[in-house]
Amino acid sequence: MTPEELGEIAATQQEAVLRFKHRIHVCTAASCLSSGSDRVKQELSKEVVSQGRDKQCQVKGVGCMGLCVKGPLVSVKPDNVMYQNVTPQDAADIIKSMDASPVGRLECATDQPFFRRQVKIVLENSGRVDPEKIGDYIAAHGYEGLLKVLTEFSPGEVIEQVLRSGLRGRGGAGFSTGLKWSMVSKADSDRKYVICNGDEGDPGAFMDRSVLEGDPHRVLEGMAIAGYAVGAAQGYIYVRAEYPLAIKNLKTAIRQAQHHGLLGTNIFGTTFSFNIDLRLGAGAFVCGEETALIASIEGKRGMPRTRPPYPSQEGVWGEPTLINNVETFANIAPIIRNGADWFARMGTEKSKGTKVFALAGRVANTGLIEVPMGITLRDIIFEIGGGIPEGRRFKAVQTGGPSGGCIPEESLDMPVDYESLKKLGSIMGSGGMIVMDDSSCMVDVAKYFMEFCKTESCGKCVPCRVGTYQMHGLLERITDGSASAQDLATLVELCDLVQNTSLCGLGQSAPNPVLSTLRYFREEYRVHIEDKACPANVCQIHSAREVPA
Amino acid sequence: MSPQVRVITLQVDGKEVSARGDQTILQVARENSMFIPTLCYLNGLSLVGACRLCLVEVKGSPKLQPACVTRVEENMEVSINSERLSKYRRMILELLFSERNHICSVCVSNGHCELQNLAQNQQMTHVHFPYRYPKLELDSSHNRFVYDPNRCISCTRCVRVCDEIEGAHTWDIMGRGVDLKVITDLNQPWGNSDTCTGCGKCIHVCPTGALAEKGKSVTEMAKRRQFLPYLTLMREGRW
Repeated sequence: MTPEELGEIAATQQEAVLRFKHRIHVCTAASCLSSGSDRVKQELSKEVVSQGRDKQCQVKGVGCMGLCVKGPLVSVKPDNVMYQNVTPQDAADIIKSMDASPVGRLECATDQPFFRRQVKIVLENSGRVDPEKIGDYIAAHGYEGLLKVLTEFSPGEVIEQVLRSGLRGRGGAGFSTGLKWSMVSKADSDRKYVICNGDEGDPGAFMDRSVLEGDPHRVLEGMAIAGYAVGAAQGYIYVRAEYPLAIKNLKTAIRQAQHHGLLGTNIFGTTFSFNIDLRLGAGAFVCGEETALIASIEGKRGMPRTRPPYPSQEGVWGEPTLINNVETFANIAPIIRNGADWFARMGTEKSKGTKVFALAGRVANTGLIEVPMGITLRDIIFEIGGGIPEGRRFKAVQTGGPSGGCIPEESLDMPVDYESLKKLGSIMGSGGMIVMDDSSCMVDVAKYFMEFCKTESCGKCVPCRVGTYQMHGLLERITDGSASAQDLATLVELCDLVQNTSLCGLGQSAPNPVLSTLRYFREEYRVHIEDKACPANVCQIHSAREVPA
Repeated sequence: MSPQVRVITLQVDGKEVSARGDQTILQVARENSMFIPTLCYLNGLSLVGACRLCLVEVKGSPKLQPACVTRVEENMEVSINSERLSKYRRMILELLFSERNHICSVCVSNGHCELQNLAQNQQMTHVHFPYRYPKLELDSSHNRFVYDPNRCISCTRCVRVCDEIEGAHTWDIMGRGVDLKVITDLNQPWGNSDTCTGCGKCIHVCPTGALAEKGKSVTEMAKRRQFLPYLTLMREGRW
C-alpha cells in the first residue's frame, strides 16, 4: 500500500457511495441483531430489487446507532430519516417511501436530545461504515492517521501529541495515556508488545463491544500508531469469547488490513512493521486486570500478580508492554488526524475529550451514548436518557460496575469526569451506567455486586477470596432480616480490610458498592436491620419470629 | 552480589539497618531479627504475595506493601508493627480460619502448624466470622501421603515446590474464589498420578496439616524444611 493507493481507495469508495441516491443503513450490531435486524436487512435488499430500485438504493449493514431500546434501527442517508422497531414486514413500505414522505408509523425523531446532545469521536463511524468493509473505513478518513505518523512524525512526536491531547485511559482508572506510552517507549528492550484490553466484563457495560463490532479498523489503526510510538512490532487484542460478532468482525478487519498492507511488514513502504493477533478470554472477569490478562495471553491461569514491576517494564513474555482499553485506542486516530489541541479543547480541565457510556436500567432511552466530559449526570439521565419510565422516581445511578458506586439524586449536577466521580465514592470505570428508580433496594444492589465479586475473585489472595465471601454473607443476613447492628459494624470493618489489603484492583475496589450505598443510603440499611423491613419491597424479609436469636 | 548492587540504609520501625539494594523488606527484617508474619512466603520458592500477612507501611506510599516482594530503597521508612497492621493481620487470620476446617485439637500438625502459631503470635482470640465448614473430600489414595483439603489455606507452596524444585508439576489449582482448590494431575486421585515422584517435598513445605505423611497421629506431623535452601543454592550453582 502506498499513500497514493490509500487516497485512491478512498476516492473510489466515496464515488461509489454517491452513485446511490438513497443509502439505507441497517444496524447489524449485537443488540439490533438480537431483535432480528439481519432479516430486516435481507428483506430490504430483496425489496430494493423487486421494486426495481437497486440502481438508486443501497442497503448496508452498519454498527450501533445508539438507541438500542428502539431496535432494530434503520437510517436513510442523505435524507436523514430514521426508523425504529423495524420488522421485515416494514421493508416494502420503507423502500416505497424513497423519494416520497417517510413512513410515519416507524419514524424516530433525529432531532431529539438523545441524538442532539451527543458528541461523537469514538463512535463517529458507528452507524455509518460497514464494519466488514475496509474500503468504507478508508473512505471515512481511515488509516490517514497511521499514514500521517509513519510519514511525518517521529515516535517521540506521536507520544508528544497523545500527551498534549490530555487523553486518559478509558478502562476506568484514568491513567494518562501519553505518560503510559512514554514509559513503554523508554523501557529498554528490542522486543515490545501492544495489547488492547477488550475483556469488558462489568455487568451492564457494552461500549467496547459496540466499538469492536461497529468499527473494528479504528482499533487496529490506534494500535498500529501505538506500536510505532513505543517501538512494538506485535499487538494482541484480548477480547472475551462471549462477543462472537466482535471476534468475527475483528478477524475480518485484521485479514483485510493485512491484505491491503496496512498491517504486516513495511507498512506504507516504511521500515515499520506491525502485526495483530486475537486472544480470546474464557469468561473470567479478573482477566480485565492487566497482569491477569497478560498471564492469560501467555497461556497461564488468569491470575494477577503484584506490581511493580508494571507491564510497561515487564509485561507479556517479560517484555515491556503497553496495555490500553478499546476505547482509548479508538480515540488515537482522530487525535492524530485533527491534532492534540482539537481534542484538548473538549471536556474539563483534567478530563479531556468524550466518554462513551452504556446507558442501562430504569431509563427510557437505554443504549449507547458518547458525551463530552464535564456533562452532568442529570443531563445524561434526564435529557439524553429521556428520564425514568412509568412515572417512577429516580433513586441512584451506578457507574463503574462492581468497582464503582451508586450516586444519589443530590449529586446529579456534578460534572462527569474522573475526579468528581471519585469524590462521590464511585469511579468513571469503563462506562457502564445503570439507572435505578425507587423500585430498587440499595442493599440488594450492593449484595448483587458483592455476589459478582465473590464469584469472580480468582482466589489468590486471602482478603479478596474470603473477605468477599464473608461480606456477601453479611449482606445476605441484612437483606433477609436476620442481621444485628454488630453485623453492620463487621461489614464496615471488612470493607476497610478488603480495600486496603487485597492484591489487585478487583479486591481493592470490591467494597465500593457497599461503601457508596452506606454513604448515601445508610437509612435503608438501618431499616433492614432494625425494623426488619425493605423500603423498596425487594428483599424477602423473614418475620421477626423466624429470626434465629 | 553483582558489583552494581548498592549498599543502602533504611529505617525499619525506627531502627537504622543496612541492606543490599536487591533485597526485599522481609529479608532485611529477618536479618535483623525483626518479625513479619508470612504464610505463602517460603525461602527458596518463587514469590507470590498472596497471603497479605506481610503487608507493611512504607512512608510516602498510600498503599500497604507486601514485604516479601517489595525491594528496599535508600532512606525508606518502613513500619512493620503498627496497630493498623496488627488488626489487618488478625482479621486475615480469622478469615483463613473461617474458610475451611481448622480444628487444631484433632489435626496431625497440632503444635507444628504455621497457621496455629501465627494465630497465637498475633493474639487472635476468636473468629468474628461465621465458619464455612465446606465438606471437602480427603484424598488418601497415595500410598505414603494424605491430602486433606479441609486444612488447606491455598498458599500454593506445594504447587510451587513441585513445579520449581522437584520439576514434576503434579500440583496445580482449580476453581475460583473460596472454591479454589489445590489438585493433583487435573483433579485425579493422587495415588493414580503418573507425574508424582513421591519425593514428599510438598508435605514438608505445607504450613498446615493439609499435607501429611500416612501413619501420623494427632500432633505427630512436624515438618522438615532444611532441604529447601540447600536445594535452591544447588540449583543456582552458588554452593
